[in-house]
Amino acid sequence: MATLGYYLLASGMLFAIGFAGVMLRRNLIIILMALELMLNAANLSLVAFARFRLQADAALAYQAHVFVFFIITVAAAEVAVGLAIFVALFRVRQTTHVEDITSLKF
Amino acid sequence: MNATVLPWIALLAPLASAVAIMLFTLRRKALSSYISCAAVVVSFVAAVALFARHETAAAAMPWMDVAGVFTVAIGLTLDPLSRMMLVLVSGIGALIHIYSLGYMREDAGKARYFAALSLFMFAMLGIVLANNFVMLFIFWELVGFTSYVLIGHWFERDAAAKAANKAFITTRIGDFGFMIGILMVWMATGSINFTEIAPQMSILSAHPTFLAVAALLIFCGAAGKSAQFPLHVWLPDAMEGPTPVSALIHAATMVAAGVYMLVRVGFIIQASATALLVIAWIGAITAVMAALIATQQNDIKRILAYSTLSQLGYMVMAVGLASGNAAIFHLFTHAFFKALLFLAAGSVIVALHHEQDIWEMGGLRRPLRITFLTFLAGGFALMGLPPFSGFFSKDAILALAYERNVPIFVVALATAFLTAFYVTRLVVIVFFGQPRSHAARASRESPAVMTIPLSVLALFATTGGFTGFSRHFVVVPHETSGAAVPVFALAALFCGAGLALLLYRGRATETFDVDLLQRKFYLDEFYRWLIRSTQELLASIAAFTDRWIIDAGAVRGVAGGTWGFGALLRLLQLGNLQAYSFLFGLGIVLIIYFAVLR
Amino acid sequence: MPSFLFWIFALLMLVFGAGVIINRNPVASVLNLVVSFLALAALFMSLDAYFVGIIQVLVYAGAVMVLFLFIIMLLDLRAEKRRKINWVATVGGTVVALALLIQIFYVVSNLRDARQPFPPLARSTTDDVHNIGALLFSAYNLPFQIIGVLVLVATVGVVVLSKRQLP
Repeated sequence: MATLGYYLLASGMLFAIGFAGVMLRRNLIIILMALELMLNAANLSLVAFARFRLQADAALAYQAHVFVFFIITVAAAEVAVGLAIFVALFRVRQTTHVEDITSLKF
Repeated sequence: MNATVLPWIALLAPLASAVAIMLFTLRRKALSSYISCAAVVVSFVAAVALFARHETAAAAMPWMDVAGVFTVAIGLTLDPLSRMMLVLVSGIGALIHIYSLGYMREDAGKARYFAALSLFMFAMLGIVLANNFVMLFIFWELVGFTSYVLIGHWFERDAAAKAANKAFITTRIGDFGFMIGILMVWMATGSINFTEIAPQMSILSAHPTFLAVAALLIFCGAAGKSAQFPLHVWLPDAMEGPTPVSALIHAATMVAAGVYMLVRVGFIIQASATALLVIAWIGAITAVMAALIATQQNDIKRILAYSTLSQLGYMVMAVGLASGNAAIFHLFTHAFFKALLFLAAGSVIVALHHEQDIWEMGGLRRPLRITFLTFLAGGFALMGLPPFSGFFSKDAILALAYERNVPIFVVALATAFLTAFYVTRLVVIVFFGQPRSHAARASRESPAVMTIPLSVLALFATTGGFTGFSRHFVVVPHETSGAAVPVFALAALFCGAGLALLLYRGRATETFDVDLLQRKFYLDEFYRWLIRSTQELLASIAAFTDRWIIDAGAVRGVAGGTWGFGALLRLLQLGNLQAYSFLFGLGIVLIIYFAVLR
Repeated sequence: MPSFLFWIFALLMLVFGAGVIINRNPVASVLNLVVSFLALAALFMSLDAYFVGIIQVLVYAGAVMVLFLFIIMLLDLRAEKRRKINWVATVGGTVVALALLIQIFYVVSNLRDARQPFPPLARSTTDDVHNIGALLFSAYNLPFQIIGVLVLVATVGVVVLSKRQLP
């Protein structure tokens, strides 16, 4: 029987995978995708908690779902803008390698 | 007349005159001089009245009260000592005011001069009448200030302005010690009133070191005002002032204020044997040093100034030998003959159209007859020739030294020898021989307004020593050492006078030059070097602080520190996205560890 | 939902999530991510969050991933060439990620309610669209409007950012 703990663990592992991806991959697109993984891990946690803590009349607390809805929307907007930046950057630098983009180095 | 008002009249009349002159009559020179003379005569009359009646009522007004801890009253003390001093100061002051009418007749700043002179009389009478330390100190400072004004009367002359500064600053150094001494006494006894401190001497005697230090600091004030070694350097330079000023302030009264103060608080000083010994030796050193320097000076007023220094040394020596009476007796006689000598010298100077070099004079005994006779009387009194007044008072001091401290007696005797020497030298060079300059040949006797005070003073200089006269004024010390001391003194006198006659009779130039004495033991140069090197040391410390501690340390240190710190922080900006995310993750792990898992 | 389905879908999600970050070819990464999202949607369904699950598929897998693919195709991104591995960074990153994982394990295992089974739902939950909609337009109306503005701004931003510079 899948308890809350399993869902949370799954969410945590997904988050760790996404974080490792941000730290270790050097391709910008992959980094963006890993970011999406992290966001979704958070969504999973939220929904799991919503299912677990029911309201007084044993109905779902839909606030968490609304929150997840917002997160998905914002993530979508963020991806759009992020990719637009990426396109602009690629046009200038012709590279997707993150170690080539170090203008802010001291 | 109500007796309690008399002392206030004596004190305040000169003040009223000074204020009136300064506010109203500065343009009317003759009127100012008459106002001033009138005020001092009023003071004199009041003083004589007080003296005759043997008044002892002391009036007092509360002045300052700080929470009951520190109370100062303006009070007047009227014991025999202060009554005598009142008469002395106002009497000699009156004579000198009259003399000044003649001496300063053509001076442009006459009104200013008389105003300052009146203010000085007020301050000096205040010192004599004060019954507590604070009042004494206030008038003490005021006397110093008026002395400054009067020395620098001809302030357009550089030498006069510098001399006035020197006098004020040197006496201020002494006054600083004086103030600390007063504070120490107040700290120990809780009072600054003389009559209240005297019964509490046992408190002070219980701490001999404290008492010695306090007594010596109080002596500092007297050392400054009465020009003792090493604060004597201002007195010879003070001769830049007009001669009546030199006579009044720097011979008869102000310099005597130091001795008067020492006698007034004698109960403090005599409780400490160390202080007494130091004071006696300083007096002795001053006496002999000044006498040595006087033998080589060529300015008539300088010689008299050093002579004053020497005689003040005698008085301080007497104080140090625990006899205030001998000191006051000598102060009493000295006031007359020294004022006489200065006024006579002033008469000579005016007759020769303000010539002061003795080698430009000569043979003046015929044209300036009265001046010569009165000068001679003063000179004999100074040398200590019987029966002139100086003999008695100087003999009293020598007898004291013979009894109590033989080394000091030897020094005092040597000083007597030197005194006779330089006085004879002075008289021979100025009044005998042939006239050495045109001014000397063309001189005429001074007007009566100047010669009458001279005569009056000569009378006192001659007769003032006799016990019948002087016992009304001072407590004449008893002669207990027999005939030995007068014999020694007379021997020293005749040796000195004889030597001077031998060396200087009929000569037109100086016999021998002793540079050390001519340059006054190089003390002025020493002080100049001392002040300069102290200032340079302070300046170099300040420069070092400014350049290295403030500039390099604080200012550049702060700037450099900020810059260095910024340079360190700059290393954090790696520009590498993944480095940032690594640090980010590391931070999160650490936060979770410390916040949640601990 | 039977627990074995949970395991299957959880495993799928994690494996393909790992695949996202392991693949060198960005297109392969995208496809892995799509499958991961689908598995995630299934997990949402198992938690009785039907609307959220559908939205996950529609928006994320359907729109966002398609956008990614479009960009990759547009820019013709190839598999990245091998570069010298920065061992320090790699090790450091791995360590941090593992540390984070361990911490999460620890926290979750100490959670009091972690072992409780899910409480039963009272009534049918097929009308969660209705409920979510009601919430969105009443209690969370303001955030909803703001989200609308946000999307508008994002749209404008994207258009501006991807313009070619005028010659």
